[in-house]
Amino acid sequence: MKILIAVKQVAALDEDFEIREDGRDVEEEFLIRDLNEWDDYSLEEAVKIKEASSEPVEVVIVSVAPGEADESLRKCLAKGADRAIRIWDDGMEESDPIAIARVLAAAAKSEAPDMLFAGVQSSDHTFASTGIATAAFLGWPHAAVVSSLDYAPGAKSAVFRRELEGGLLQEVEIQCPAVLTIQLGINTPRYASLRSIKQAAAKPIEVKSLADLNLSAGDVGASGSHSRVRRMYIPDKGRAQLIEGDTAAKARRLAEIIREFKGDAA
Amino acid sequence: MSGILVIAEQRRGELRPVSLELISAAQNLRTAGDTVTVAILAGSPGLFLDSLKLAGVDEIVAIEVAAAEFDPDTFESAVGALIRERKPGVVLVAHSVDSFGYAAALAAKLHLGFATDVFKAERLDGTLVATRGGYGQKVNVEVDFPGRDTVLLAIRANVYKPPDQRGDPRISEFAAPATMSRAGGRDFIELSSNDDVDMTAAEFILTIGRGIGEETNVAQFKELADAVGATLGCSRPIADAGWLPKSRQVGQSGKTASSCKLYIAMGVSGAIQHLAGMKHVSTIVAVNSDAGASIFNVAKYGVVGDIFEIAEELRRLF
Repeated sequence: MKILIAVKQVAALDEDFEIREDGRDVEEEFLIRDLNEWDDYSLEEAVKIKEASSEPVEVVIVSVAPGEADESLRKCLAKGADRAIRIWDDGMEESDPIAIARVLAAAAKSEAPDMLFAGVQSSDHTFASTGIATAAFLGWPHAAVVSSLDYAPGAKSAVFRRELEGGLLQEVEIQCPAVLTIQLGINTPRYASLRSIKQAAAKPIEVKSLADLNLSAGDVGASGSHSRVRRMYIPDKGRAQLIEGDTAAKARRLAEIIREFKGDAA
Repeated sequence: MSGILVIAEQRRGELRPVSLELISAAQNLRTAGDTVTVAILAGSPGLFLDSLKLAGVDEIVAIEVAAAEFDPDTFESAVGALIRERKPGVVLVAHSVDSFGYAAALAAKLHLGFATDVFKAERLDGTLVATRGGYGQKVNVEVDFPGRDTVLLAIRANVYKPPDQRGDPRISEFAAPATMSRAGGRDFIELSSNDDVDMTAAEFILTIGRGIGEETNVAQFKELADAVGATLGCSRPIADAGWLPKSRQVGQSGKTASSCKLYIAMGVSGAIQHLAGMKHVSTIVAVNSDAGASIFNVAKYGVVGDIFEIAEELRRLF
């Protein structure tokens, strides 16, 4: 039995940052990289399923990224993933979520897992698209925003709840193998122990190229993408009127705002 | 390839409000000769036709489907068939949990130009350009769709105002292809509340976020909220950790602060999902140690500083 988990190393911005000279992205030196928060939950969900199963289950993570993502992949290995696959080719620069999904689907075909998890979205660009597009290329059943899951590896179906807007859930039964996008809060991700971090450092990360997955250059990058970034810019912001002064002065102004509101309400 | 196709959204017999906002987004994009068609998929689409008869809609297409509620296979197949037949230039869906479940798959299968969480869609020199946020909404990103005849855009809710004029569109029916659903929806479940608070009724809310750091710190803010007469709310990480019940979570998947007039957010960064539940409040005060936090973009007043020190000082004044 096997569960495949698509993971991404995301980028957050440093407090001060600059837009790249071509105006289409942020200068790389201002990016702070980490494992996508959602992926921490989908990995934990797979590891929990593995631990609860009487059958042997392999938990494999896959990421479409250059070598700098290895740090996040090692984090996943330390938290319980058995194997890591990283797919990269310079032609994959500028790939949008659909082009990434095409690569993930090719990897899933060669791994033939019983279930595929992805995060609902990534914290940096919040497309909420990659997992479900991957399902389309695989032709698998799929569901988004899964907030609880009942699944035994190898079972023909799984039952889950998807989290809708406004505090509503819906129970759904899905045929397997399937692609599920996993929501925050579905579990409590574990911390890696020092011992597991050391062990993870010794585990290999399998690196694959386009050719290894029978993909061609046209499948990825700008030509394999369904959108193109024209321009990135810093929006006008900071409408907030800043309350200045020392802590006591700030608190006094806050108290005033509260009393004004109460005066209005009374 | 011309015309704009809007996919309306319904759930449990009610049209979701974002459906009407999509009609306004379509008006914005419309060029001479474009028609605006609204499709509604439901077990009984007839129930929704009247609410969709709005100014600017040329045609409403009723699609009767076997699944009474959203189902990915049914939607992909029916919307896909409609797109193949009508060949619209633009298809608008809501950036919602339902569309998360099928829009990307549809775009991948039908080779559609595709962008999600779009808060501005416009034509610049004849080119369709969509604007969305990037890097945690700290930058705006303009995307276009070279070589794509049809572009599918998932539009963020609460950006476009619904049309206020009624209209008299043509009504037609479209026969959806028979589909075997592989993900059968069962019951809906309202999040059980183990707390008696109604966030939607609260007029004064004090919300805590990830910035409070530890569960043991919740008590300090609960006490502060009581002292100033506010209802204590929270952002997602606090509810996910179980530090406060889910019924106190404000945001897209939690509650909307619909009656709130004063909203004080302490240690809340301002993720777009949280803003969806509170950015309409007339007086928002944000207290956060990170001057770059996006909560300051929607706040009327901002305090950059240590939330614990400020909470402590504030408590002394009540």
